[in-house]
Amino acid sequence: MQPEPQLATLRQLSDGFAAGKFSCVEVTQEFLNKIKELNSSLNCFISVDAQRSLAQARAADAQRAAGKAQLLTGVPLAQKDIFCAQGWLTTCGSKMLSNFVSPYDAHVIERFNAAGAVNLGKTNMDEFAMGSSNETSFYGPVKNPWDTTRVPGGSSGGSAAAVAARLAPAATGTDTGGSIRQPAALTGICGLKPTYGVVSRYGMIAFASSLDQGGPMARTADDMGLMLNVMAGFDARDSTSLQRDAEDYTRELANPLAGLRIGLPKEFFGAGAAPDVSRAVESAIAEYRKLGCETVEVSLPNMALSVPVYYVLAPAEASSNLSRFDGVRYGHRARDYTDLTDMYEKTRAEGFGAEVKRRILIGAYVLSHGYYDAYYIRAQKLRRLIAQDFTEAFKQCDVIMGPTSPSTAFKIGEKAGDPVQMYLSDIYTIAVNLAGLPGMSIPCGFDSGGLPVGLQIIGNYFAEARMLNVAHQYQLATDWHQRAPKGIEEIAR
Amino acid sequence: MKWEIVIGLETHAQLSTASKIFSGASTAFGAEPNTQACAVDLALPGVLPVLNHGAVERAIRFGLAVGAKINRRSVFARKNYFYPDLPKGYQISQYELPVVEGGSLTIRVGDAEKTVRLTRAHLEEDAGKSLHEDFQGTTGIDLNRAGTPLLEIVSEPDMRSSDEAVAYAKALHALVRWIGICDGNMQEGSFRCDANVSVRPVGQKEFGTRCEIKNLNSFRFLEKAIDYEVRRQIEVIEDGGTIRQETRLYDPDKDETRSMRSKEDAHDYRYFPDPDLLPLAVSEETLEAIRKALPELPQAKQARFAASYGVTAYDAAVLTSSRELADFFEGAAQKADAKAAKLCANWITGQLNARLNDEALDITQSKVSAPQLRRLVDRIADGSISGNAAKTVFDAIWAGEANGEDAADIVIKNKGLQQISDAGTIEKIVDDVLAANAPQVADYKAGKEKAFNSLVGQAMKATKGKANPQQVNEILKRKLSS
Repeated sequence: MQPEPQLATLRQLSDGFAAGKFSCVEVTQEFLNKIKELNSSLNCFISVDAQRSLAQARAADAQRAAGKAQLLTGVPLAQKDIFCAQGWLTTCGSKMLSNFVSPYDAHVIERFNAAGAVNLGKTNMDEFAMGSSNETSFYGPVKNPWDTTRVPGGSSGGSAAAVAARLAPAATGTDTGGSIRQPAALTGICGLKPTYGVVSRYGMIAFASSLDQGGPMARTADDMGLMLNVMAGFDARDSTSLQRDAEDYTRELANPLAGLRIGLPKEFFGAGAAPDVSRAVESAIAEYRKLGCETVEVSLPNMALSVPVYYVLAPAEASSNLSRFDGVRYGHRARDYTDLTDMYEKTRAEGFGAEVKRRILIGAYVLSHGYYDAYYIRAQKLRRLIAQDFTEAFKQCDVIMGPTSPSTAFKIGEKAGDPVQMYLSDIYTIAVNLAGLPGMSIPCGFDSGGLPVGLQIIGNYFAEARMLNVAHQYQLATDWHQRAPKGIEEIAR
Repeated sequence: MKWEIVIGLETHAQLSTASKIFSGASTAFGAEPNTQACAVDLALPGVLPVLNHGAVERAIRFGLAVGAKINRRSVFARKNYFYPDLPKGYQISQYELPVVEGGSLTIRVGDAEKTVRLTRAHLEEDAGKSLHEDFQGTTGIDLNRAGTPLLEIVSEPDMRSSDEAVAYAKALHALVRWIGICDGNMQEGSFRCDANVSVRPVGQKEFGTRCEIKNLNSFRFLEKAIDYEVRRQIEVIEDGGTIRQETRLYDPDKDETRSMRSKEDAHDYRYFPDPDLLPLAVSEETLEAIRKALPELPQAKQARFAASYGVTAYDAAVLTSSRELADFFEGAAQKADAKAAKLCANWITGQLNARLNDEALDITQSKVSAPQLRRLVDRIADGSISGNAAKTVFDAIWAGEANGEDAADIVIKNKGLQQISDAGTIEKIVDDVLAANAPQVADYKAGKEKAFNSLVGQAMKATKGKANPQQVNEILKRKLSS
């Protein structure tokens, strides 16, 4: 059955193009129309450029007509505004880059262009990816399509909300401490953070280099596999990119799950998560048991340290990564200044928002002479311990499961004044980044208020294909991933 | 009070790679501003550094040449500070774990030899340039130089005079050119030194407080800056003051050093390992391949020159001051006996060197080739020409009057410079001279030594200067005493 293009998956769109049911231009135009209609209320996109998108769609139709189509030729995708795209405004959600039109393409953008995909627009995000609610964006908060008084999560909140609202069939995100998985969970979609080094960071504006990783956000595991097939791969321009043979991430989707050992860390199932979240996650695990999986209790004893460790290391790297935004060569520069120091100070005071400044201050502090050993070096040691916990756990299980986020979507403004509360939103996701492991969130139910809950699936290094298999089999057995926010199906028609 | 001077040098040698240390942009000097700065050099959002292994290979070559330890694992760190010509807001350098550790360099001051220990040598990127002229109140930034690979070579505080510091800098300069890692062009900034200078009373164990003089880009400035700084420090202390640890700049126009910033104003660079770059690993195979490809080093060559050609230690040191000069000498002295080899050495360090200096040429531009010089030397050695005639021959070849390996023979023939060395011929000439100059002969026999010279002069005159003067002397002496 072929659904309306607006409700179709990437795979279905690709099939529809191939069958001549609709053209790439028609589909792109439909999405652009919906974005025009809904973006003013949801604020998912920072930049939309219909001319550019439609030009790509026309090229895709020509390729299809010439019989040169690849699987994703003509499929429209939203791109997180952290990826540099030639000719596109690339702001990273910051006033600092509010005038920056990128002269080059990020590796991920290059790959999607080569695959024939259409760039639908650049999505809103927390400023420089620093945030868990999308409230730190210079372009204003993104609204959660399930309840527009609530946040969509962050930092890839624009991408998550756009996919949830069916303004794009899929989108890219980046994840430094949960920025793909947490918004995926809060908006009822799927998100995958690959193993560190699988997706090149070239052209992805750096927040914390040793943790940042790009990944797909979509409605199905299958679609995430299709996107990862394009995004993954060695890139000589990123020294941390891993040299591995290309793989088809969808190759294991159909495998049965019988005998799969699911590790349940006791640290994920304590008092931390909201009862509705725990209940939904537990019923998902019950579903897996029905699919023939075993569960084993595992332990990640250093889990509790992951938030403090992260909030030393990520700001340390960020404080240095963001030094290039100095008003000298590009981006925002203060209008009036008396000398060089004054120019730097005013430019950065005006160009960065409060959360970014807070993290730069923390980062500069922990790297300072006399504090470096006590903070940075200790945090690096603990980071290794946290990674070792996972290595131990994976001796007993194939994947680890638990909640993605301790709560469902919270109210806009609810945690904005309390950074520590905000930082705790990522308590279940951060350890995965510290260990460099792949992590995923898929929809697994709703709370009593009808807000989506995400199930987190953590795999061993390079286990993405297996994880997608685990998610896909669940999606064959359940329909949580097909649920749309109220009114969306009507909107689509 | 007697003072002892203590000097350590930090030298930045620009490595001779075609592209930059972390990007593919060209390192060629002198291009239009900002035409050799790519996205990485401009630090656009999202760009990442990728290490140029040519720079690593050169650093290792240096380490092996000075007998240093090559660290199998070294780490690139970020040195954080804001400056308009530092696009990323940090410089990528090596901090806690440099690629090269230890090693030493032998220097000569006069006849004395001394070993200067090296602390370390590490890889880093250069910054761009701020242009303060021609911009009416604003500053221009040229990022062509940003990302140029540098090897920072740090010595121990082992030098005790500006002469030793200059000798060290010269030896280092010669070495980096010798092993082909740096073009050594000091005007273009390819080789520049920072000098750490302190003084202490002779006999005192602890070092005095040091000052660092930045960016000395000639040997003369290095010498003068140190001399000035030493005088200044001694004056301050003798006037009852104390030295503040600080960074100073040398002003060549006023020949003085000036305070730039004190230790208290020093930046906290907030060094930490660069997460964009993996630790640098050097494998045994890489190390062996570089070791094998290393040319014969100056000291080994000096020893060999002394042993196989019999030249003096001093000449050997001069002849190995550059690889090109050493090659020239070996080209000339090939299979020479000790006498010819010594003559080659003398001609190269004497006449040839003087001509090169006069015309501001280097040895590779010599207008007399190594084989030509050798032929000339052979003709001196076999008595075909006198030393004076040899100078005429040399000048003629230099002036281009004859070409080819046998240029010396052509000139000798064309100018009729062949020396008369036939004993019979000379005896006959001497006989004629004695017969024609009876009064002088009488004077000589009466004890007037001067008369002898006059008789020699007559004999030389009779042969238009071509008679072998030594033979004339001997024969004349024999005949007069008989």
